[in-house]
Amino acid sequence: MTRQFGRALAAGAILLIAMSGRAEAKSDIVIDGSTTVGPLAKSFAAWFTKTRGVPVTVSESGSGNGAKSLINGTCDIATMSRSMKPEELAAARSKGLAPVPHVIALDGLAMIVNPANPVKSLTKRQIADIYKGAVTNWRQVGGPDARILPVQRESNSGTQETFKELVVGKKVHVVASAETQASNGAVKNRISLTKGAIGFVGLGFVDPSVKKIAVDGVVADPVSVRDGRYPLSRPLLMVTAGEPSGLVRDFIELPKTLEGMKMVKELGFIGKY
Amino acid sequence: MNGEAQATEGRSPAFVVSPLRRSLQKATKTAGHSLLFLVAAFVAVIVLFIFFFVARDAVPFFQIKGFSEFFTDTRWYPADDPPVFGALAIIYGSLMVTAGSAVIAIPMGISAAICLSDVLPFSVRQYVKPVIEMLAAVPSVAFGFFALVIFAPMLQNYGGTLLMWAWWLIASPLLLLASLVLSEIAAARFPDEKRRKLMQRSLLALFGTASLGLLFVIGRNLQAIEIVTGTNALNVSIILGFMALPTIVSVAEDALQAVGRDMREGSYALGATRAETIVKIILPAASSGILAGVILGIMRALGETMVVWMASGNSSHIPDPWFNYLDSIRTLTATIAGDMGEADQVTGSARFHVLFAMGLLLLVISFISNFISERIVVRQRKVLSGQ
Repeated sequence: MTRQFGRALAAGAILLIAMSGRAEAKSDIVIDGSTTVGPLAKSFAAWFTKTRGVPVTVSESGSGNGAKSLINGTCDIATMSRSMKPEELAAARSKGLAPVPHVIALDGLAMIVNPANPVKSLTKRQIADIYKGAVTNWRQVGGPDARILPVQRESNSGTQETFKELVVGKKVHVVASAETQASNGAVKNRISLTKGAIGFVGLGFVDPSVKKIAVDGVVADPVSVRDGRYPLSRPLLMVTAGEPSGLVRDFIELPKTLEGMKMVKELGFIGKY
Repeated sequence: MNGEAQATEGRSPAFVVSPLRRSLQKATKTAGHSLLFLVAAFVAVIVLFIFFFVARDAVPFFQIKGFSEFFTDTRWYPADDPPVFGALAIIYGSLMVTAGSAVIAIPMGISAAICLSDVLPFSVRQYVKPVIEMLAAVPSVAFGFFALVIFAPMLQNYGGTLLMWAWWLIASPLLLLASLVLSEIAAARFPDEKRRKLMQRSLLALFGTASLGLLFVIGRNLQAIEIVTGTNALNVSIILGFMALPTIVSVAEDALQAVGRDMREGSYALGATRAETIVKIILPAASSGILAGVILGIMRALGETMVVWMASGNSSHIPDPWFNYLDSIRTLTATIAGDMGEADQVTGSARFHVLFAMGLLLLVISFISNFISERIVVRQRKVLSGQ
């Protein structure tokens, strides 16, 4: 849904630009990719359009789609919440592209539960057991007697891949009864409405409707993510096909500016610079 | 008459058409016919093209992976290393919600159609039918949003109570009707009028108490159920059932109307009651049309994507036990929609083609059911016309 909506928005934006026919409307920047990086890319885009007069369109269709768009040449910047896979790099090279990743911020993968759940902390091992299906009741991890409902993301999600890599293990199957949701927002929504549910979202998506739990005794917050104590953290990337130049380079260097740092912080991400 | 024709011929030569004009008319007619034929053929060709292109991209999957994993394995891990493409649980999920929605939509739809065509007065029907048909105009994403944001939490918080009320609402009129009919049938054996009445009343009291007990005991058990996840097969089945309703009601009502007044009046004239007329005359006569409506409605439920994608929970497993509608499931349509993003010709081709295999499977299922219903309709028509 997000993807179609994003596409529709992009199409609408392009149409508007085409119709307005402004003389100074230079080549615009097209961004596609991660739903986690989406809010950041959008606020960068709004600022860039306002200050530089360059239209920027942002679609959120998942890291995998971002990489695909970049390889197929339908976007200038792919936003990704994971690094490119070897197959994607190979595909890019076969088309004569040399993708360059740029870290624009850091993000913690927050484990969240329903606020009514008394569990405050889990170890990485316990979380892995829950997602493998070895632990199925909250009683087994110090909670009330209730079934655990693990919520995961769709397979095109960078968040999902990061989670699998950091917690469950790349070669291990997530239990088949785990629910699958399409975006960070949808996961948060399901967990805020479901007592027995557990899930993972980007740190910026956590709000009072859900409860963050500590992982290995460390609560995800800007400090613990930046100094590396929080075990589930990752860099957020903007990937370009080759070294960026001109407007695209200016856009990618936004996080290094004061304005950019402020936007990163406001959205709940952790600045790298 | 002969004289009249001669008079007409004599008076208006306009009816005599010159050979040139006649050939022009013929040409126009041929052109019109061929245009209509082209349009009709175009629609048929589109169907064939869809089938061809879906099949073309589905075949490579079976070439790479063979048939057995897809149809017999319940593990669906397309992104893992190594990937597993078992679609059995997903096929089962699709069939499960389709069956669930059929159970909800068919009795409701046919009852509503009978009510519209034979029970309600015309002045009321005029307004009720368009309102029911308006259900079809609600976009599926709106249904999905309702299912996810309102209905799912409701099921989680008040699930048992909701189930109990649903049981009471559905079962109490049915049980009442059943006890009335049963006591009547059982008492009909007594020839003596007084004893018959007494027998009937006492039996009615007995059956009534038994049904009340049944209502209470099952209701209590249902209330004790706690629904862990509201995004489950039941939720989706109910919503899909409501989405299929307008089609079934509309088509079935048209079929019932088409039976005609003479058939109904003939039945009444032979001394049949209204119930007998509806059950024994009108329903069989309209059955082919009703079946067509039912197939159309069920196909909509099978092919619906947005609602199941949002509200079925998307967990690719066969519920435990297999008839547990309170568990999350995943359907073919939702899998195609959800995995489309990653399915990429560049990275991992089996993963791309498996979605086409699923699309092909859906196409084949709808073709088969359309074919079967077509056959039934034809046979029914033959029976009714007395051949």
